[in-house]
Amino acid sequence: MHLAYPVVLAALLFSVGVYGVLARRNVVLVLMSVELMLNAVNLNLVAFDAWLRDSLHAGQALTLFTITIAAAEIGLGLAIVLLLFRARGTADVDRATALGDPAESAAEEAPAGAEALKGQAAA
Amino acid sequence: MNLALPTLVPVLPALGAAATLAVGKRAPGLARPLAIVPVAVSAVLALVVALQLGTGQVLESATRLTPTGGPEITLGFYLDGYSSLISVLVGLVATCVQVYSTAYLKDDLRYPSYAALVSLFTAAMFLVVYSGDLIVLLVGWEVMGICSYFLIGHHWESADARSASLKAFLVTKLGDVPFLFGIFLLGADAGSFRVSDVLAAAGEGRLGHPTLIALLLLAGVAGKSAQFPLHTWLPDAMAGPTPVSALIHAATMVAAGIYLVARLLPVFLLSGAALVVLAVMAAVTMIGSALCALAQDDLKRVLAYSTVGQLGYMAGALASGDREASVFHLVSHGAFKALLFLAAGVVIHAAHTNSISVMSRTPGLRKRVPDAYWTMGIALVALIGLPPFSGFFSKEAVLTAAEHAANGEALTNGVGPASAVPQAAGWIVLISAALTALLTAAYAARLFLVAFHSPAASGAGLAAAAPVTLPDHEAGAPYSPEPDEADPATAEPPAMRWPLWVLAIPTMAFGVTSLRSDWLPALLDGGSLRPSAVTAVTGTGLAVVGALLAYGAWRSATARLGAGRPAPALEGRVPEQAGAPAAEVIVADPGRTLLGPLFGPARHGFGVDRLYTALFVRPVAAAALLVRFLDREVVETYVRGTGAGANLLGRAVRLAQTGNAQTYLSALLAGVVLLAVLVAV
Repeated sequence: MHLAYPVVLAALLFSVGVYGVLARRNVVLVLMSVELMLNAVNLNLVAFDAWLRDSLHAGQALTLFTITIAAAEIGLGLAIVLLLFRARGTADVDRATALGDPAESAAEEAPAGAEALKGQAAA
Repeated sequence: MNLALPTLVPVLPALGAAATLAVGKRAPGLARPLAIVPVAVSAVLALVVALQLGTGQVLESATRLTPTGGPEITLGFYLDGYSSLISVLVGLVATCVQVYSTAYLKDDLRYPSYAALVSLFTAAMFLVVYSGDLIVLLVGWEVMGICSYFLIGHHWESADARSASLKAFLVTKLGDVPFLFGIFLLGADAGSFRVSDVLAAAGEGRLGHPTLIALLLLAGVAGKSAQFPLHTWLPDAMAGPTPVSALIHAATMVAAGIYLVARLLPVFLLSGAALVVLAVMAAVTMIGSALCALAQDDLKRVLAYSTVGQLGYMAGALASGDREASVFHLVSHGAFKALLFLAAGVVIHAAHTNSISVMSRTPGLRKRVPDAYWTMGIALVALIGLPPFSGFFSKEAVLTAAEHAANGEALTNGVGPASAVPQAAGWIVLISAALTALLTAAYAARLFLVAFHSPAASGAGLAAAAPVTLPDHEAGAPYSPEPDEADPATAEPPAMRWPLWVLAIPTMAFGVTSLRSDWLPALLDGGSLRPSAVTAVTGTGLAVVGALLAYGAWRSATARLGAGRPAPALEGRVPEQAGAPAAEVIVADPGRTLLGPLFGPARHGFGVDRLYTALFVRPVAAAALLVRFLDREVVETYVRGTGAGANLLGRAVRLAQTGNAQTYLSALLAGVVLLAVLVAV
């Protein structure tokens, strides 16, 4: 099988994950998107391991590690989400802005702030 | 001779000043003895030193103060007849003033600091007189300046006193800066700051720039002794308490400049140009100030202008090369002018006003202050220069000196060659001094007649209706309100009466000492101080004419007043006088008749103050505004700009901190992409 197929699939999966992380409001969906991104990486690891015919199969071994850590991470993440929901009654990322600058009404200015930041980074 | 005595003379009043300041507040009872005793003891010691030194001797001793690398600075004495004579005068006047002040400032809260400053001032004057080193002399010179500043501003509650003290300080400092450079140049040329070395260098002609040195020194002298371009501070200085005017602005501090020139006369004799400048300065000063004195309404300002004029006489004598005559006039003037001021203080207390036109309407003023009336009369006659009072002899000595200088045979008495004095200087001084003799007599007579002898005052019924304490001064003219320290019922307490009579003795008798060449002249340079026949007749004649003119003008003005018609000179002045109180109109003022159209300008000092305001004060104030603008608006803009810039940046960065994790991640992603693109490309 040509390498392009798994790599393109991985790239698509990663992009979907990025989109989910950046755009979804529900924290659970954000966590799921993170899983998508991790699995895209896993796919890449396995694909390149096969393509390179690595005798030690380092890629596959690393994938196992990643899966383990992802499981731990999602457990921790869901616990945090649970606590957040209990405390706030919502699981929206947009509304969990208690760590922001209190003087600003953060929710409204967030896009403008992000744009300004992007503009600065581009400059 | 024991050096301890001359050392104690300047040291005692300085210690007294420190002690008065230290204990004055806590133990008010001690302030008076602490003020009087050290000054009085110094005065006695000065007299003892003068007697021990005798005539024709010079005491010199010096100890090196510090190695400087250049000409050395020494601490020491240079005592000769001049310094012992002047130190006796300073001691006498200072003691009288301290005694007088105990009564004059009886209820003044700040009496301790006042007395301490007077003592310190006396110490500084002694230092100037005794010092054998020009730098040490300068120290005393400047201490006097600062004491004068504080004392003029004694009544600092009034704006006039504050501005007058600042003005005195700034104007005298304006002269002191060139003076400082003059001393440096003199020390550099002579290789030493010691008076004896400087005089020796001048005698041998080793000074490289005598004209420049003399002119630089003259600037300081003009400032301190209130000569023409820098005289404006003295009339305003009358805002201080009257005893201060007597001590500082009549008898001692202003005499320091004259004393310095007398001491360094050999240096000045090296430069004919400087002598002519001094002569012109003296001439302008004498005539201008005499005209101003004729027009003033404030009693103390009349005396202040008179002081300026008499200092002009002394400067004129110096310009004629005769320092004996100058110092002679200095001492006799010191006595009678201090007497005039102290008597004026008594009168001002009794009348509750400085204005002579208001005094003229005070009923029975003459009878309430008989001692002040008589002593003032004596001092005014001395000022006019009628024999046998001291002013006659000293003024004739000045006139004689000028006459000799005009003939080309200046009375330098061995200080320098007679040819060193330009004849022009002699002529300038002679003519202006003769004219001033006339004017002096006129204003002295006017002062006496208007203040004490107006018909309103003798016909008490007429004046009783008029309010006595009407403040009668023109807007803008500095007016020195004296707080009522003394009870008007006892206008002449003994402490104020006896100093008058003590000072009246030298006023009457001091002139006689010049008659024999082994009396006063032997103490000085040994020349003759005897008046010559021509100048004596001319000077006395002019003085009598001046007094008679004033009397005649006063009689006619009084007569016109009695007839109910205003003086013709008044009619044209109605617009100018529109804002002035009616009191001006009903007083017969001979000055108005005598001066005619000059009266208005003379009353305001010929606009010199206004000229200085336009020439110096306004540009300096404008420059200060510019500097303020540059500082506030330009420099501070940068400072505020950095703050505001950091603030704005901070606000922009705050915008990024939304608290929304997705925003942060977006920024992170954008950064990663950007970096990846940059690395890849």
